[in-house]
Amino acid sequence: MSIVKSVTCPVCGCLCDDIELTIADGAVAQVKNGCAMCEAKFFSHNNKHRITTPLMRKDGELVPVSYDEAIQKSAEILANATYPILYGWSSTDCEAQRIGVALAEEVGGVLDNTAVVCHGPSILGVQDVGIPTCTLGQVRHRADLIIYWGCDPWSAHPRHLERYTSFTDGRFEGSEWKSYINKVKAAAGKKKLRSLERKGILKERHPHIAPSVNDNKPPEILNKKGRKLIVVDVRKSMTAEVADYFLQVEYGKDYELIQAVRALVKDQELDVEKVAGVPVEYLQQLVDAMTSCEFGVIFFGMGLTQSAGKFRNIDVAISLVRDLNMRTKFAIMPMRGHFNVTGANTVFTWQSGYPYGIDFSMGYPRYNPGETTVVDILMREESDAGLVIASDPVSNFPRRAVEHLVKNPLIVIDPHMNATSLVGDIVFPASIVGIEKAGTAYRMDHVPLPLKKVVDPPEGLLSDEEILSRILNEVRNIKLKTLEVA
Amino acid sequence: MDLLIKNGFVFDPLNGVNGDKMDIAIRNGKIVESVTERTSKIIDATGLTVFPGGVDIHTHIAGAEVNTGRLVRPEDHEKDFVRKTANTRSGVGYSIPSTFITGYRYSRMGYTTVMNPSMAPLEAKHTHEELNDIPMLDKATYPLLGDWWLVLENLSKGDFEECARYVAWMLRITKGYAIKIVNPGGLESWGFGRNVHSIDDEVPNFCITPREIMCGLAKVNKMLNLPHAIHLHTNNLGIPGNYTTTLETMKCLESIPNDGKPVAHITHLQFSSFAGEDWGTLTSGAEEITKYINNHDHITFDMGQIIFTDTTTMTADGPFEYTLYQLSGHKWVNSDVETETSGGIIPFRYKRKNPVNAIQWSIGLELALMTKNPWKVFMTTDHPNAGPFTAYPKILAWLVSKKAREATFKRLHRKGQRRSLLPSITRELSLYDLAIVTRAGQAKSLGLKEKGHLGVGADADIAIFNLNPEKVDIAQKYKTFRRAFSNVAYTIKGGKVLVKDGEVLQQSAGKTMWVDVQTSQEVEVDEEIKRKFREYWTVEFDNYPVSDHYLKNSSPITIKADV
Repeated sequence: MSIVKSVTCPVCGCLCDDIELTIADGAVAQVKNGCAMCEAKFFSHNNKHRITTPLMRKDGELVPVSYDEAIQKSAEILANATYPILYGWSSTDCEAQRIGVALAEEVGGVLDNTAVVCHGPSILGVQDVGIPTCTLGQVRHRADLIIYWGCDPWSAHPRHLERYTSFTDGRFEGSEWKSYINKVKAAAGKKKLRSLERKGILKERHPHIAPSVNDNKPPEILNKKGRKLIVVDVRKSMTAEVADYFLQVEYGKDYELIQAVRALVKDQELDVEKVAGVPVEYLQQLVDAMTSCEFGVIFFGMGLTQSAGKFRNIDVAISLVRDLNMRTKFAIMPMRGHFNVTGANTVFTWQSGYPYGIDFSMGYPRYNPGETTVVDILMREESDAGLVIASDPVSNFPRRAVEHLVKNPLIVIDPHMNATSLVGDIVFPASIVGIEKAGTAYRMDHVPLPLKKVVDPPEGLLSDEEILSRILNEVRNIKLKTLEVA
Repeated sequence: MDLLIKNGFVFDPLNGVNGDKMDIAIRNGKIVESVTERTSKIIDATGLTVFPGGVDIHTHIAGAEVNTGRLVRPEDHEKDFVRKTANTRSGVGYSIPSTFITGYRYSRMGYTTVMNPSMAPLEAKHTHEELNDIPMLDKATYPLLGDWWLVLENLSKGDFEECARYVAWMLRITKGYAIKIVNPGGLESWGFGRNVHSIDDEVPNFCITPREIMCGLAKVNKMLNLPHAIHLHTNNLGIPGNYTTTLETMKCLESIPNDGKPVAHITHLQFSSFAGEDWGTLTSGAEEITKYINNHDHITFDMGQIIFTDTTTMTADGPFEYTLYQLSGHKWVNSDVETETSGGIIPFRYKRKNPVNAIQWSIGLELALMTKNPWKVFMTTDHPNAGPFTAYPKILAWLVSKKAREATFKRLHRKGQRRSLLPSITRELSLYDLAIVTRAGQAKSLGLKEKGHLGVGADADIAIFNLNPEKVDIAQKYKTFRRAFSNVAYTIKGGKVLVKDGEVLQQSAGKTMWVDVQTSQEVEVDEEIKRKFREYWTVEFDNYPVSDHYLKNSSPITIKADV
């Protein structure tokens, strides 16, 4: 039995690197410091359902084959395709992503990562207006106003609050964990009372009425010193429960709301009572809190990037932060999901100049989101082969896109069987990056962190990096041969 | 196979060779006394100019900031794309080329060694990953240490030895080469949106002034015997009237004992040599600055020469980028890094018809031409801040030819013309001087003993230009000269011919150099330090250092420190 400290968790964009693992008999036996997602991931390597040999579809059935055969066949598919797509990349390491760019370039394909259905609009917003941002430690040390907009870190990035924002002790700002405990206790007490009422043990004293947005007045705390936490969302999420103030925006009206806030930041008067369902009076108090803080930060999630308005929402959100910087110090940061989605964008950018949706079919990188992005290519039925790595597009792409993806030869590389591998033509099992393979990943704030290898992969299993470089070599061989023949 | 370069006109200032017809022999990647002609590969350099491989002391080519610059500027790449060939990878330019293209383009101009001058220690792995992907060049990178909390705390306590130990430790674990200081004190202040405005302003929360930071780190630099001086980006950079701050900065560093060696390298000095009250009255401060530099030996500088083009400014000087944002309203990136530094990016177009830009253009050239000793001045554009490195041949032409300067000068804004000192300057640099400002001087300043010259034992890094100095008067035929320096006849690195007639023949990985400073007593890593570390940064102590995995070709230079 051994203990490994300072392990980086390969789950979400928080990339917590303080995980302590106990390894017994070549398997992870205990996970310390991690959240529930972290534990599940570290234990998953021991999953009995994992496949350990590549599979290839023969007569409609996936049958086990050797790596050599599968790699040879994959290389042929990619080398002979005229417009292949290479998609996924966000849950593997930078080392594999680097080879991915070379492979896409070699086969003249389209390289795209999961940002396209996630924070792609954020990148477009950034390309429009830039982004005033910082690393997460800067938030920990300095931020006295933290706003989560359209995201729920409590559920999606469970340790974000305790490691980087409200509940951390920084050099200039302290943790707000005490008020948080009070709030949680109160919430738990309320829940208990209500449960007793339901069961009829306690007599119902006040009929329970769900509070409307109008009742949700900004509390006094927004005028006080110390860290303040505000959540803006369409529904009261778990994070909103512990927040100092929850501002409920009407669905799809974020753009309107942000523009109204921008107007107020610039001391303009609004001639309406309400914007996006929020009384202007409340917005004024929000703006006061924003302009009077020492260091404010907005974290935004899918609620902003994938709701109506998409990259326009990000555009105005960043513009709001630009405006706020005229009054005080303010930063903004996207809450990236996959542990290395930031890394994929980073690696693609340094090698090709563009972050995602890169078309190499002309022999040089070309970037035009909407045209060169994978979902759009599939919807237009243009691709003639696909490689999917560390992702599961079949379970979350639009149905028509999936239909075209499946119609053509499909190569899948993933540690586990998923919906995409079930319909793939060649399926490669891979070792799990960050557990069975060392590498590098980029945190949501672009801080690179090493991923550790803590256990050995099942015997004979190759890593993403090895599989890709062998495919790349084979593709180069095939191209050389065709050149010689010609 | 051995290599013999025959009959070229050789310019090798470090060895005093000025255009002599010589042969250069190469074996195992090094320059040797002689090789057997019969068994060697011969490069006939008759009628060609032979220089040591180019050395660039300051060029932003890799790392978090550079890559964010790439990310925000798709419009910059679209107009300048590069196809994949049998030998080379594809990519894009223009002002912030993708990594492979950066390597190819430098190599095509005869450069073999470049220095990446700005790296936030927390993001050092990123910089090194990118450096690995820049082929054709030897590289090194400078960590930003001027606003690092541990430096500020130790210096404000007056504990130079402890500070030196931390700096040595940081250079080792980030695989860095020199101490980079940017707007000392200003970046920490920028954490709360403030700045310092003179070298005696106190940095909020830290009881220290920029003067103390600069002098302290210069002392530390000396104690550690680092090969390069402190690499300094001054306070008030890019602000009208800032030449007085620059003069004070240089004066305050006089007190550091130097035994004849420079104690500070002031980088992109053009941006720190503005006289005048505001943008409307901006004039050149080059005369006062060069007068001082001509009379003192503790300073070297690089130009930061403006090019009239569309480029991308990026610096760790967050507050300065914010000023540019207010001026331009253009897309603005700010990126502060916890306990260490800040950073910013703004796309920018320098215009001939903008009086300020015209004056800036003039200042850069004035600085280079009015500094009498060419060993003190190096040619850079602070790529990509004042212009992309691909414009170097233009600058060289301006330096060697008054005619070339006049051709540009007459197209400038009238106000710029009126306030320029250039019409009174007749100096034209010779090829020998050029070899100093583009390689020999830079290698000397960096303490790179095997670079920048062609003596026996040097790395076989050589640039051969299609230019016959006996036949071409470069001051008159500056276009011929510029063409020759844009696309080399040959670039040889480590004895391998990488480029011929401007075409990349083969890729070569290049190494990453860093200094491994041996202090008699190391920073003690105990639980207390680890706890402090956890307080200061959001990553674990064990995950902070750049491990060997991140350097494809690691080339440490071991140095013994005095502490």
